[in-house]
Amino acid sequence: MKQYFKYIAILSLGIVSCEPEFDNPVDEPGAYSNGEADFTRYVALGNSLTAGYADNALYITGQENSYPNILAQQLDKTQDIEEFTIPFMSDNAGGLLLGGNQITNNRLVLAAGEGGSDPSPQVYTGMQATTEVGNVLQGPFNNMGVPGAKSYHLGFSGYGNVQNLATQSANPYFVRFASSPNATVMEDALAQNPTFFSLWIGNNDVLGYATSGGTGEFQLNNLDPSTYGPNDITDPNVFGSIYSEMVQALVANATGGVLINIPDVASVPFFTTVPTNAIPLDAQTAGVLNQQFSAYNTQVLPGLVQAGFITAEEAQARQINFAEGQNYVTLQDESLTNINQAVQGPPFNLDPQTAGLLSQLRQATPTDLIPLTSAGFLGTTVGGNPNMINGVSVPLGDQHVLTNAEQEMVRTATEKYNQVISGLAQVNDLALVDANAMLRQLAEGGIAYDGGTVTAQFATGGAFSLDGIHLTPRGYAIVANRMIEEINATYNAEVPKVNVGTYSTVTLSNDVQ
Amino acid sequence: MKKLLFLGLFGLMAAVTYAGGYRVSLQGQRSLAMGHTGVAVVNNAELAFFNPAGLVYLENKINVAAGASAVFSNVKYQNSEFGISSETESAVGTPFYAYGSYRVNDWLTLGLAAYTPYGSSVEWPTDWAGSHLVNNIDLQAIYIQALAAVKISDKLSVGGGPIYVNGSVNFNRNLNRTLSDIEGNRSNVTVDASSVSAFGWSASAMYNATEDLRFGINYRSEIIVEAEGGDADFENIPNSPLTPFQDTQFNASLPMPAELSVGLSYELLDKWLFAFDYNMTYWNVYESLDLDFANAQIPDSENPRNYKNSSTYRFGLQYLANETVTLRVGYYFDESPVQSGYFAPETPRNDAHGFTGGLSLHVSDRFSIDAAFLYNRYEEVDESYNYYTENGETVPFEGTYKTSAFIPGLGVTYKL
Repeated sequence: MKQYFKYIAILSLGIVSCEPEFDNPVDEPGAYSNGEADFTRYVALGNSLTAGYADNALYITGQENSYPNILAQQLDKTQDIEEFTIPFMSDNAGGLLLGGNQITNNRLVLAAGEGGSDPSPQVYTGMQATTEVGNVLQGPFNNMGVPGAKSYHLGFSGYGNVQNLATQSANPYFVRFASSPNATVMEDALAQNPTFFSLWIGNNDVLGYATSGGTGEFQLNNLDPSTYGPNDITDPNVFGSIYSEMVQALVANATGGVLINIPDVASVPFFTTVPTNAIPLDAQTAGVLNQQFSAYNTQVLPGLVQAGFITAEEAQARQINFAEGQNYVTLQDESLTNINQAVQGPPFNLDPQTAGLLSQLRQATPTDLIPLTSAGFLGTTVGGNPNMINGVSVPLGDQHVLTNAEQEMVRTATEKYNQVISGLAQVNDLALVDANAMLRQLAEGGIAYDGGTVTAQFATGGAFSLDGIHLTPRGYAIVANRMIEEINATYNAEVPKVNVGTYSTVTLSNDVQ
Repeated sequence: MKKLLFLGLFGLMAAVTYAGGYRVSLQGQRSLAMGHTGVAVVNNAELAFFNPAGLVYLENKINVAAGASAVFSNVKYQNSEFGISSETESAVGTPFYAYGSYRVNDWLTLGLAAYTPYGSSVEWPTDWAGSHLVNNIDLQAIYIQALAAVKISDKLSVGGGPIYVNGSVNFNRNLNRTLSDIEGNRSNVTVDASSVSAFGWSASAMYNATEDLRFGINYRSEIIVEAEGGDADFENIPNSPLTPFQDTQFNASLPMPAELSVGLSYELLDKWLFAFDYNMTYWNVYESLDLDFANAQIPDSENPRNYKNSSTYRFGLQYLANETVTLRVGYYFDESPVQSGYFAPETPRNDAHGFTGGLSLHVSDRFSIDAAFLYNRYEEVDESYNYYTENGETVPFEGTYKTSAFIPGLGVTYKL
């Protein structure tokens, strides 16, 4: 009888060990392949987009959903890789503190009225920001993305020095994790001896200018970036040489890497959400306004043409006309001839205030771009005066419009940067992600996923966070997938993609002021 | 000839295919060891479940059988496109049974039965890839039944009785694939209902064609368990009028489908007993798992299931080795009621091969210990659930599943 027990016991043991096993398990070596690349130590260099910045702030869940982290989790499926470390913020509120004082805002959330009406981005106030810049984290960190960094900042000594914050020559995000106050971002990256890297830098070299509405300068032929202002466009040659040096330094020891190019600013909702014909007028108001501009249209402009002061073409572009319905805003365009002095003289003899309003006045066209941050300014009055309406009777200042001429400069610089990037990718056999094309695709039709289509539509499109510039987790997942495509093609690897539909979009909260 | 019949049945089974759903066929160790056959087997009080009509043919006046099984079951999921995999926690379920019969007179036997024919316990890692469909589920149903069996002749008897069901369910899933609170915690809902009552019945007949050959038929009615006023607990919901989820009550109904069993047993050389059962489970009653929330602001949850009726083919063999030991083996083929495209991970079952074995030790004339084990082998299956929708779009949840289950069980038989 004991024998029977024995048989049963043996049989039972044999069957208990029969865990379900797949024919081709995805969680075992050999399921995927790193190809010719070695992903053991992957270091990601870049700016806010690399850090996982979103909703106008850096916060923990955003960092977790940064494209480098998404990518690293997938690379980990092909071979053993070192843990992908991230200089995490202290919370999900997002603001930075310096000496206890808040120096950057909390994140934006989508707040809504009763019953979900009128959703709009608002600063989250549900908890205090707790990330103190002075608490330097112990690295090294694989995600070296520094929000706000321009190409030349990655080689700036002192960019992570808390002492330099007062003079704005340091960056609080890098202060948090620089290995020493005067270490450069590149040094800290190279010290990790990355076997694989990604580099997405240069966005801010044009974006600072663009988001400021073009208030800065295009520093063409100025080869000294230390003299640039924060809203200037970096000289393409400066960009080229710095970018090239960085790539050379990175490829010296790495087995491969991914370069990501610079998107056109016109494809991001920060510039495409506020329409240039944002001014609704009834017939009566339009009539009154046309009356006011009548002399300007019919006498001043033709008179200036006659005097040879402006061309007929410019006079045409400077016509101001309103009608019932949506009207284009009025603005000061610094690329126009300044007629301030001319109209104060004979035969016009206008008062200085009116002359000032007219000096570089024109009405916007469909191709001008108004920054999202100016949305709340349009239609407000100056000092409560109902006759002084911003964007109508009072032209918008330079900072509220990225004009065609300004866009052209941004586009020119972007194209040159992208030539540099694709050239270096080719020469060094690196994977290249065309983020420019990707963002254009999001803006023009969108990118399909299993739950619909991700578009660049502000707040609802799924790709862009509430600041209109940075991506949502879903947007960053799309970036990661594009990187995976290019890595697989370039290095003969088999890295599995991520399911874009499982990444979130904007965060809802009514914990706002 | 018998061998041919046997092979023929096996061949047929292979040609047809492969019970599944949340049916748990563990209603007696002696029967289980023989592939869970028993509709035409007169062995012990397990007849109370398999065919109450047969209780009149038990030799003793009082018969008791009771036991329990330990279910060790694992399900693995993977999706090779995205390189993701998950495995259920090996929760151990313990289905049980207890049967008793009392012969009142020569033609009437009364009985009482308690058993757990339906249930499911599946626990996926929280927030796993299919968390928008299920994180975990625990479904339990206890059947309590009063029985009467009437002997019409030495050849024919009938039996049956009313069933009282006490059920409970606890189910958690995330609200969708992405919604979370400010800290990134996924929004989820737990629905919980317990002590839900329902009623049903079963009826059966047994026919002894010869000394050695018996036929049996048993039908157990469908029982719809209606949970009313259960608790729905919403967690990690963003503070926003755009997500109007708050704790409320819910109504839902879950069917325990009807089951028809027919079968035969044949005894040869006094030592051998062969049994064959065919079960038809009327799963087509399970069309949709719908949660109707009391709060009108909260959209009701409709989850199509569209199960189909399923067959199970069972074979068992018993050998009386000696005075104290009886050996049993069996095999069954269990066809899944889940149709392609409706493969929801809360009951991730495909067709199963069941291999069974066991023995009884007759400790005394009155008392026996019954042991059985069941090993379920499932084919790896590429399947999807295609009826989850997000913003009006249907989003299939696809992947490869592999299940295994090992179920040892122990019971006792007492007769007086």
